[in-house]
Amino acid sequence: MEKSIPEDISRLGIPHTSQISVEHDPDDLWDDSRLIVNIGPTHPAMHGAFRLMAKLNGETIEQCYAEFGYTHRAKEKLGENRTYHQFIVYTDRLNYCSAILNNVVYSMSVERLMGIDVPERCVWIRMMCCEIARVMDHLICIGINAVDLGAFTYFLYGFHQREEAYTLIEKLCGARLTTSYTRVGGLMHDAPEGWETECKEWVKKTRKVVEEMDRLLTGNRIWHKRTKGVGVFTKEDCLKYSFTGPSARAAGLDIDLRRDQPCMFYRDMEFDVPIAQNGDVFDRYAVRMEEIRQSLNIIQQCADRIKPGPIWSEDKRTRIPDKQVVFNTMEGMIHHFKFFMTGFDVPEGEAYTAFEGGNGEIGFYIVSKGAPRAHRMRIRGPSFWHYQGLEPMVKGELIGDLVASLGSINVIAGEIDR
Amino acid sequence: MDHGDVRTSVPNLYGDWVQKFGSLWSGHIQVAQGKLGKAITKVEMPPQALTDVPIVHVALDSWEAAVKLFQSDPGLEYDFLADYTAIDESPRVPRFEIVLNLFSTRHHARVRLKTSVEENQEAPTLISLWPGANWAEREIWDMFGIAFKGHPDLRRILMDQRWKGHPLRKDYPLRGYQFFPTPETIDPKLLES
Repeated sequence: MEKSIPEDISRLGIPHTSQISVEHDPDDLWDDSRLIVNIGPTHPAMHGAFRLMAKLNGETIEQCYAEFGYTHRAKEKLGENRTYHQFIVYTDRLNYCSAILNNVVYSMSVERLMGIDVPERCVWIRMMCCEIARVMDHLICIGINAVDLGAFTYFLYGFHQREEAYTLIEKLCGARLTTSYTRVGGLMHDAPEGWETECKEWVKKTRKVVEEMDRLLTGNRIWHKRTKGVGVFTKEDCLKYSFTGPSARAAGLDIDLRRDQPCMFYRDMEFDVPIAQNGDVFDRYAVRMEEIRQSLNIIQQCADRIKPGPIWSEDKRTRIPDKQVVFNTMEGMIHHFKFFMTGFDVPEGEAYTAFEGGNGEIGFYIVSKGAPRAHRMRIRGPSFWHYQGLEPMVKGELIGDLVASLGSINVIAGEIDR
Repeated sequence: MDHGDVRTSVPNLYGDWVQKFGSLWSGHIQVAQGKLGKAITKVEMPPQALTDVPIVHVALDSWEAAVKLFQSDPGLEYDFLADYTAIDESPRVPRFEIVLNLFSTRHHARVRLKTSVEENQEAPTLISLWPGANWAEREIWDMFGIAFKGHPDLRRILMDQRWKGHPLRKDYPLRGYQFFPTPETIDPKLLES
């Protein structure tokens, strides 16, 4: 039966719906209508100032694109305009969940350019800091990931231990979040007396808490249903999108720079590198859980082997003079002013120094032309590359699973925006 | 006083790479030189040059082929794109240097590839080799103003789309602030699949 078309519409030349022949797609529940959703930049599920624009078909993400740069502070430009010593504070603000690890990698990369070897005690403290930072990073990642999917209690278990870890860090440098603890060629302060014993106690407690967390969530059926087969990123995808760290190891890409490119004393440490095969949210969670245990083992081994001794290298170029010397001698005062006003020269050369951070390979590519300021200070943060992989990861998945996928790769705004 | 530097490396803390990978690197570079010939303009090897890993300078017109060779040639297999960036070397001509830091997931060695780009000259895109190069190339465009030929979506990435100038160029001032009171709106064109 032919439908009558209202006269005014036919006069305008607009075809009526009955006149348009649309090939009907039986899977298209919403009859070709799409919803564009803007998530962020201040959405609680986004973990920082990012924005994600998604086109939804019902609840399925058909296409999305990401936007960021809200916390861009031009750190690479500042690296070319600040001395090597002044740049240490900027490295805190990269991955602020494991600030002390960034400090260590930065100091290591400048020391490498200068050919400085730091004393043994300094290396042990740095290694312990790195592993404590890794545990904190993983605890917050899996905790927040669980909160996003509704498991709030689980998060609090981890968060308590994380606060305890911050107290350990606070004992070293007086700050909890923005540590700025390392110096080129040494450390800000020596660890206080008994710090190693406190670390050991913390390790013991954290082990128990991790077991408890494991019992709470790993076998949970709701958790399995929300995470297994969600946000799958295969090994090939990981290579294509430069995934590193736990996210890559969850897909079977067996790379850990602590083992494959050892620095500091990691060669002498006994630890396993957990890998999984499926590359979904659950595997990323499981790999992180196991990595916490391995990091605790490393902290235990470091605390057993650390001995009293000097924390500064004897290299006069980078040694900050002691306050005793500065206030009592003329030479000390001059040295102090020279150090903080003009900085020290780094010999000409370039090096890319990378280390296994909490989320993946954190690297500093420094090009020096022999001045106290770098010619190029490139920061390679893992989150930049991981966030790029989110678009192909969530395409065709449900909008609720986007939150799970985003939490599981643990992108940090400070590291993307730099 | 004789101070060590990047040439002597730091034996205890970061491993002596020249000792560990030296023969591997020279073998790889011989293979690459045999296959690419004059496209490799210069090679800087670590104990003599001021660098931690070998730097292979490639002519711009065979850049893509050279990177592909290093990525997938059996034996070389520097298959992991660790870092992709650029350096502004002004007032030198050609002005820019594109830098690739590659890592091999097989033999755990690193190598650095470089090519020189003049101002207003386009570089070939590497998205066909690593799709993950997409954002890195957008960042280089944003920060240095080097355009990539064949890039599907060459927009600014960290700065606002309305930003003028390229901040990491040496002639851009440190405090070259620009203010935008309104946020960027969603671009529906980017959501068309």
